[in-house]
Amino acid sequence: MNIVVCVKYVPDATGDRKFESDNTVDREGVDGLLSELDEYAVEQSLQLKEKLGSDGGDSEVTVLTIGPAGAVDAIRKALQMGADKGVHVQDDAIAGSDAFATSLVLAEAVKKLPHDLVVCGMASTDGGMGVVPAMLSERLGLPGATLGSSIELDGQTLKIRRDGDTATVTVEATLPAVLSVTDQSGEARYPSFKGIMAAKKKPVETWSLADLGVDAGQVGLEASYTAVEETQARPPRTAGEIVKDEDGSGAKALVDFLVSKKFV
Amino acid sequence: MPARRLMPTPEAADLLQLVRDVSAKELLPAAADAEATERFPRESFRTLGRMGLLGLPYPEKVGGGEQPYEVYLQVLEELGSVWASVGVGVSVHALSCFALFTAGTEEQRQRWLPEMLGGELLGAYCLSEPHAGSDPAAMRTRAERDGDGYVLTGAKAWTTHGGQADFYTVMARTGDERGAISCFLVPADAEGLSSDAPERKMGLTGSSTTTMRFDGVRVGVDRRIGAEGQGLRLALAALDSGRLGIAAVATGLAQAALDHAVAYAKDRETFGRRIIDHQGLAFVLADMEAAVQSARATYLAAARLRDRGLPFATEASVAKLVCTDNAMKVTTDAVQVLGGYGYTRDFPVERFMREAKVMQIFEGTNQIQRMVIGRALDKGTSARIEADPA
Ligand SMILES: Cc1cc2nc3c(=O)[nH]c(=O)nc-3n(C[C@H](O)[C@H](O)[C@H](O)COP(=O)(O)OP(=O)(O)OC[C@H]3O[C@@H](n4cnc5c(N)ncnc54)[C@H](O)[C@@H]3O)c2cc1C
Repeated sequence: MNIVVCVKYVPDATGDRKFESDNTVDREGVDGLLSELDEYAVEQSLQLKEKLGSDGGDSEVTVLTIGPAGAVDAIRKALQMGADKGVHVQDDAIAGSDAFATSLVLAEAVKKLPHDLVVCGMASTDGGMGVVPAMLSERLGLPGATLGSSIELDGQTLKIRRDGDTATVTVEATLPAVLSVTDQSGEARYPSFKGIMAAKKKPVETWSLADLGVDAGQVGLEASYTAVEETQARPPRTAGEIVKDEDGSGAKALVDFLVSKKFV
Repeated sequence: MPARRLMPTPEAADLLQLVRDVSAKELLPAAADAEATERFPRESFRTLGRMGLLGLPYPEKVGGGEQPYEVYLQVLEELGSVWASVGVGVSVHALSCFALFTAGTEEQRQRWLPEMLGGELLGAYCLSEPHAGSDPAAMRTRAERDGDGYVLTGAKAWTTHGGQADFYTVMARTGDERGAISCFLVPADAEGLSSDAPERKMGLTGSSTTTMRFDGVRVGVDRRIGAEGQGLRLALAALDSGRLGIAAVATGLAQAALDHAVAYAKDRETFGRRIIDHQGLAFVLADMEAAVQSARATYLAAARLRDRGLPFATEASVAKLVCTDNAMKVTTDAVQVLGGYGYTRDFPVERFMREAKVMQIFEGTNQIQRMVIGRALDKGTSARIEADPA
């Protein structure tokens, strides 16, 4: 079975986030890493591979990312966790692509890879639209089982649980399919030191848009439907409001506060 | 801010990043509570073991990670910066594997080392006795030859991981002359082996320290490591490397104290300014930073000698002395920077100060380190200019 797991290289959320003059995220000047939400996708891919064991024939997990040169760090982390090989789509023309353009590049890359299952995280931790998995399944013409919080594979049938606000639904899809997993699907493993050493020898290919047969005009800031108009730094945290109860009015003050913030 | 590091390879850099991640996510959140309640974090060692972090300085062919001390010690420093008891524990584990690795027969190594380094097991090292710490040759625990085995009788004091370890590397007397000491690998479940209740310590309270009692513990000859009479030399050679481990952990501890002090100094205001803006206090912090950086440079200089197969014992003693004395000073100053708050258990710096103290005591007190250094000076230190053989 061939699993392709799509991951994103994102700026470290614990650092200061910066933007370029065109309001795209500055990816070059900051420390990046494998998006935490995509670690769950890698984890589920590895678990599926492990469960299939040798019965599933030779399963292989391929990590796919689109991003600047540094994005290979995200691939390497996934390889250290246990994925088998990596594909890095790197092309200057891709910079500034929105979810729509990104899903096009991903779909073309996936088509070039053997794939029974394409696994994504639920959203990126930087852009955070959370629509790429659905767009990808549409572009590939495959069923999309999105936002899975528990994942099972029975032969060619993929079964996921999706926890909504008002109901929990079970979604089934027949392979090949696209799957996205949430941060409830199971903690991602740490790489082991052996994993770090083994990753050195795992193959990573770099593809350009030309390799995918995608025209540069179809991607990038120009070809994107959405663009960030403006960004604003988060206002500094203000001190909380302290309710002092000297005359028995504390409870009312608390209730008024909760009502004013629409918590009750 | 954790320390800036220059690692020799990309894999080593990834390893340090991994250690920093797991330290922040798994160790740091558990440390203060386990120390306060004196609970030994056996699970934390398993987590590190499964990641391959309990065998780093040993070769791959015996189940280790084959990392140079330059890398391994920086791993220990990172661990020490979040949890000294765990950093010390990882170092003591490596110490307890040293004799078998260095002096074991090929058969003994193949039989036990892969498991000992594999991550699931934890080791302990029994040299000190109640009346014999700095002078281990005065030990009384005996190993009497009896047929195809030995019978061990006596008490070993201050055993780190006592009662928790899976195996004990034990030095015991096999003759009456001062140096007639041999080394034995004793499994935790050996009959007649028991542990007293843990010592009630000033610090490092998450780590168990106990007296181990040997009441006629019988082990086969195959569990004697090295020749009869080689034990003390092995034990002391292990300590040369172990001291580097303690130096690294102490440096991490000092770094943590510095980080807390700097964060506090940027936040706390007196006389209308942040206290870091008072030159008198900024200079205290600057001295702390200088002490931490020089400690790190000192242990790394010794590590690089060791990694190239050059003599390093004197440099290891210098590193142990400098790093632990600096840690004592830096943690004490961190309490000063936090003022009255630093003296309370609501902030971790008073704990760091208590933890730093023991580092000046174990694996050779700092008086003993000075003795070693003094003797080396008397003999004449090397003035050789050498090219890196690597
Ligand atoms: C928390 C903890 C964990 C430990 N873990 C282990 C362990 O895992 N395994 C193990 O074998 N041991 C362990 N030890 C024991 C430790 O190594 C000894 O405590 C240490 O070597 C000092 O021995 P002592 O306590 O008997 O002090 P002593 O040797 O009695 O020394 C008392 C004082 O005299 C000074 N002194 C002694 N001789 C001289 C000299 N020649 N010149 C100048 N000053 C001198 C010492 O520096 C010290 O200040 C541990 C100790 C502690 C506290």
